[in-house]
Amino acid sequence: MPAGEPVLSVRGLSACFRTDLGVVTAVDDVSFDLSAGETLAIVGESGCGKTVTSKSIMRLLPERNSFLSDQSRIIYHNRPRRRAAAKDRLPPGEIELAHADAPTMHHVRGARIAMIFQEPMTSLNPVFTIGWQLDEALKYHTDLSRRGRRRRAVEMLRLVEIANPEQRIHEYPHQLSGGMRQRVMIALALCCEPDVLIADEPTTALDVTIQAQILDLMAGLKARLGTAIMFITHNLGVVAQFADRVLVMYAGRVIESGPVRDIFHRPQHPYTRALLDSIPRAGNRHRGRPLATIEGIVPSLLNLPGGCKFADRCPRRRENCVEREPALEPGPDGRPVRCYYPHHEPRVAEPGGRT
Amino acid sequence: MSAAPGIQPAPAPTPNSPPLLDVRDLVKHFPVRGGVLNTAQAKVHAVNGVSLEVRRGEVVGVVGESGCGKSTLGKLVIRLIEPTRGTLLYAGRDITRLSHSELMPLRRRMQIIFQDPYSSLNPRLTVAGLLKEAVRFHRVVPERELDGYIDALIARVGLRTESKGKFPHEFSGGQRQRIGIARALAVRPEFLVADEPVSALDVSIQAQVLNLMMELKAELGLTLLFISHDLKVVEHFCDRVLVMYLGHIVETLPCENLHARARHPYTRALLGANPVDDPDDRRPLTVLRGEVPSPLNPPPGCPFVTRCPLAMEVCREKMPPTESHGPGQAVACWAVNEPVVPASSR
Repeated sequence: MPAGEPVLSVRGLSACFRTDLGVVTAVDDVSFDLSAGETLAIVGESGCGKTVTSKSIMRLLPERNSFLSDQSRIIYHNRPRRRAAAKDRLPPGEIELAHADAPTMHHVRGARIAMIFQEPMTSLNPVFTIGWQLDEALKYHTDLSRRGRRRRAVEMLRLVEIANPEQRIHEYPHQLSGGMRQRVMIALALCCEPDVLIADEPTTALDVTIQAQILDLMAGLKARLGTAIMFITHNLGVVAQFADRVLVMYAGRVIESGPVRDIFHRPQHPYTRALLDSIPRAGNRHRGRPLATIEGIVPSLLNLPGGCKFADRCPRRRENCVEREPALEPGPDGRPVRCYYPHHEPRVAEPGGRT
Repeated sequence: MSAAPGIQPAPAPTPNSPPLLDVRDLVKHFPVRGGVLNTAQAKVHAVNGVSLEVRRGEVVGVVGESGCGKSTLGKLVIRLIEPTRGTLLYAGRDITRLSHSELMPLRRRMQIIFQDPYSSLNPRLTVAGLLKEAVRFHRVVPERELDGYIDALIARVGLRTESKGKFPHEFSGGQRQRIGIARALAVRPEFLVADEPVSALDVSIQAQVLNLMMELKAELGLTLLFISHDLKVVEHFCDRVLVMYLGHIVETLPCENLHARARHPYTRALLGANPVDDPDDRRPLTVLRGEVPSPLNPPPGCPFVTRCPLAMEVCREKMPPTESHGPGQAVACWAVNEPVVPASSR
């Protein structure tokens, strides 16, 4: 698939939950495009709606107590493409997923859009071997023979750098280390050659040396397979090193988006800027100095303020901020920002700061 | 910012005073039980011969990956768990074998903050109740001053006065960590072990809590052992850092100029594996190959040998001694300490 063409277009996505205290809108009017071969990072703090956004796309939210608004559109662009013996039952062209029926989702989920989660142990089935779990996905989504599936499973484990894949295939998830489990999850997610990989905090639970292994692996696989990656994280170092574009979320809304260099060097929204300033920087000049902080806490979704959701923590707040919420509109450098008083000046920061 | 009434700073250190904490050859083995009779089948070598000194007023970081023994070390030095072998000197006094009652007066001087304050705060006590329990137990202030003392403490850690009557579950993660800090400081300790105090918090909240800890450290003259897996946080906050790997301290070094100073291949790998937060400075991350040996049967040589890019023959056979590399720095590594023998001459 040619790079640069959108493979996923999300328009006006709103995800709501019914609770005892009323309907809560966890994701409010989120729109973005994801192109083939691109890595889009969604950043924000806990409760900002980044995980709900990804689960909405996969349609993994519980139907019992949640729903997507009627206006929500999640469009998967199904382009003809050579795949390893895929059971291609999806019509070519645009497929709307937000209100798609279960059979459509069964063919999309895992085969076209796959997801990896923060804690691999909760998404791997503890009672089946990892070979069985890879085989199950391949059986469902491809026409490969039993032998072909077996060969493919071993090949995938080798691709994610698991030593002795022929033996490992007979092991259970509990026999693997945390880093290995996450690699198996990646193998499982990529075995059907999806167009989109959604990675929800894939390295948050891992040690930094294991995180480096996984990130290195994902970058290599992306280069080889051209998979578009939607990367959900709160680790800004990971974003700086791996993302092409960034979507910053706060209280269920997109508050700023743009290419990664613009986000780091010319953040327009006061929240983006404060978030970047609050990470301890390497290097001597900042050692022992107080860190920049964002006072207060994220507002509760049950009780959101009327105007700008960031207003009560914002150093640039003025009266009209609390009266009416700003729209997501082109800011000083043309990128979308949801703020009446965005920053015009570049962010002063010592690059890297390594000594 | 001035100290809240009732919280007094620790005495200023005198130049020749012994280190506040002096740990020698500390070992902790945990038995792994199993079998029909539930007998010890094997031992986990959690801490394997660790020596360290912490001077008064110093903030010493302990970094390492999960399972390296850093939390066990934190609990050992304040005797929350009993060491298998080794000596613990606190303010010059041997506390390794003190009995429960002998330890009581010391407990007031050394406190601990945990990563998840929720699991360490009694859910059935209000914030005021939690704090009062500790203050009363150690008779920190007379009963008539108790309410004022608690109010000052709550205000000092940045919580609202209304918080007094609330229960731990009513707070967010960052606020709960503030309660954890308030409870540790309620008894006016001089030494604090902070075990991953900000790891579970969002970045903006992490900065708030770190700033609070820095202010309190300066105000009260606290001495800290700061355990973390995040080298960036440790570099920012600590004076010196101990790098642990599989129960051993492999390198000790000052945090100033950390990147230039680091010598041990594991410290260098940790630094290189951390993604730099600058999109203009993209570089391949240091990726270690090889598996971490099991702490059940650590190899006889250097514990890092299975993943070390500099591994030599001798590393597999003998544990490298710890050698000094200038003030405040010590490294345990054959490749760094000995001149490297070129492969051709071997």
